[in-house]
Amino acid sequence: MEQVFSIAWLIIVFPIAGLLINLAFGRRMTERGLGTVAATAAGASFFVSLLVVIALIGLEPEARLIGKEVPLWQFFSIGNTAVEFGLKLDALSGTMLMVVTFVGTLIHIYAIGYMHGDPRFQRFFIYLNLFMAAMLTLVLANNYLMMFFGWEGVGLCSFLLIGFWFEKDANGDAARKAMVANRIGDYGVMLAMLAMFVGVGSLQYGDVFRAFEEGHGALAGLATGVTLLLFLGVTGKSAQIPLYVWLPDAMAGPTPVSALIHAATMVTAGVYLIARSEPIFHLVPDVQGFVAIVGAATALFAGTIALAQFDIKKVLAYSTVSQLGFMVSAVGMGATAAGIFHLGTHAFFKALLFLGAGSVIHGVEHGHHHISHYSHTSTPSEEHFDPQDMRNMGGVWNRMRTTAIVYIIGALGLAGVVPFAGFWSKDEILLEASKLNQVAYILLLIAAGFTAFYITRQVLMVFFGQPKSEAAGQAQESPRVMIVPLIILAFFVTTIGLINAPGISLFSTWLEGEAHGEFDLSIAAISTAIALGAIGLGILVYRPRPKVEGAPDDPLRRLGLIFSTLNAKYKIDEIYDLLFIRPFKALARFLADVIDGRFWHDWFHDTVIARTFKWLANFTAFPIDKGIVDRFFDGIGRAIAWGGRQLRRTQTGYVRNYALVVLMGVVAIVVWFASRMLGQ
Amino acid sequence: MSAEGFSVLYPYLIGLSALLFTLGAIGVLVRRNALILFMSVELMLNAANLAFVAFARALNQLDGQVFVFFVMVVAAAEVAVGLALIVTIFKTKKSTNVDDISALKG
Repeated sequence: MEQVFSIAWLIIVFPIAGLLINLAFGRRMTERGLGTVAATAAGASFFVSLLVVIALIGLEPEARLIGKEVPLWQFFSIGNTAVEFGLKLDALSGTMLMVVTFVGTLIHIYAIGYMHGDPRFQRFFIYLNLFMAAMLTLVLANNYLMMFFGWEGVGLCSFLLIGFWFEKDANGDAARKAMVANRIGDYGVMLAMLAMFVGVGSLQYGDVFRAFEEGHGALAGLATGVTLLLFLGVTGKSAQIPLYVWLPDAMAGPTPVSALIHAATMVTAGVYLIARSEPIFHLVPDVQGFVAIVGAATALFAGTIALAQFDIKKVLAYSTVSQLGFMVSAVGMGATAAGIFHLGTHAFFKALLFLGAGSVIHGVEHGHHHISHYSHTSTPSEEHFDPQDMRNMGGVWNRMRTTAIVYIIGALGLAGVVPFAGFWSKDEILLEASKLNQVAYILLLIAAGFTAFYITRQVLMVFFGQPKSEAAGQAQESPRVMIVPLIILAFFVTTIGLINAPGISLFSTWLEGEAHGEFDLSIAAISTAIALGAIGLGILVYRPRPKVEGAPDDPLRRLGLIFSTLNAKYKIDEIYDLLFIRPFKALARFLADVIDGRFWHDWFHDTVIARTFKWLANFTAFPIDKGIVDRFFDGIGRAIAWGGRQLRRTQTGYVRNYALVVLMGVVAIVVWFASRMLGQ
Repeated sequence: MSAEGFSVLYPYLIGLSALLFTLGAIGVLVRRNALILFMSVELMLNAANLAFVAFARALNQLDGQVFVFFVMVVAAAEVAVGLALIVTIFKTKKSTNVDDISALKG
């Protein structure tokens, strides 16, 4: 079984092959063909990943924790230090492989239905395959540099896919925002790599961790710097305070992208990075505490924003930021198994929620088309119809029963209700937090309450009550290619949490070699009570009630300023605009107008360089070129012309003249010979 | 004729040959009629022939005699080509005056 490790590189190669096929032949292929190639490539990666994981399970726990290294080739070497590209196969990367390839494959299938009829269908699947390849490179790398290749690759795909419908300016803006926010974080990762390379002399995981462990005291400062810089990268990629602002806007991309990249996989890269670098983080408890608090604060902060949003995908986006806060907090405080377990369960239930939301949007859009097709009394308001606004929904339960059921399963998973996935992982994080970091524990507990509340609000607003628009009343269930992946995901959301349930502990044993701690009934009781209480409160506030004219669009409007602040997302974007973007633009304008425009362009280039050049050109052109060079060569020409005119006279055209010349020549020769003979 | 007799005649023959050649050359240089030019050329050739024969007899060698035949053959060929050219030129220029044939003048 261990031979499978040597073909693990196929996991990365399959998506690349898929995208190359679609790139080369996509124009001549049908939508079904394109989608099949892309989904098959993802599925093949999943299959190899499964083999790898099975082989890993077959190893001894000790061997599994160390993992297998599969060297590929040496990327470069400087002096004595070399960067060897290779694959790291251990429990952590195995877990990530399963999550990425399995959820990725399902979303590929779903996207075949969702992207149906899109003019850039081919391009979409090429991007998705490219993303898979980059993400798998990130996960499988055995050194920071190769990991960074994947890290940048997923960032690029994120940019391309957020701005996929670039005809709308807002989508392009969102893509740029994601790129810029991520660049700030990526800069941190780059600096961290430089610091490691200078301080430790290697980028290989094994070498770096060993060096830090051995040089414990001496490298403490370096470890602090490296971990903080890595964490800067994490705040960008995994959308933590202060760089989270790009993720809600990233919902501008197609829904499968939101599900795959901005919920299940790419945004968890930061969590993976911390978990992977755990041996370094472990050495600096202060940084660990800092990361845990930032994560927990993000979880709470984003959770509060989520409960006042009206866009169905924005709610899920802030929910993702919040859940990422849970994970970062967990891995930050050293509870790697809990954090990675939550990463896995979250990938399932958040992918399910996003794809479910996509199905609802798809259905409502169809309903909207249905109405505008059959009624000729189109009112102006219909032209601005937003199929993502939950205020236009309601009553979808009756129209899209399957979507509704799986969506509610996803919601229960997110809210953390027994026995759905989220309960077990969230409970584990809370349990670890209660032991490791009390402040984070309190923050996370409150955040868990908000989580249950906002998802209850969403489910009630979307699926129950009276339809609040004609389109919602006419919504249609989505095609089977979209529904089947939802059902598969729903099945896993229901069951996957059990693999790490107390007493079973398969996941902790797999990842850390030992079963996790005792099941603490009081923690579970508190978190369940909070979840159920929040759900109850949500039902109380948002229960279906008869429509009253002039009623506010949200019952929580009664909270006044609090609600409007949350609805405006604490105006963080506006604050960033004021603090960073405007000064930046002002500086840019100053540099462009004054420094570049007036100083360099107007003065230096136009005055100094251009005038000097002109003078020099005049000088060489007139006195030197015209005066000396031209006269010399003109003189040669004139002399030759004069010589030609003189020689022309000999060509009289009279035969006798030529004959005379010949005769004179003969006479001259005869005289010469005769004189020689006479002279002898 | 005896050898003594020829040795008296010999300088006169060479003188005649030089005279004929000079006449021919002057004819070529001063006359304008292409036909006369031709005849002058023939005169020069025959002057050369006479010199050949005279020298051959004086030196008691046959080479000069044989050469004369070659010269006569070449002269015949030259006349054939030359007369053809003159006829053709006459057809286009309506003239045998060589001064009219000066298309190559520089």
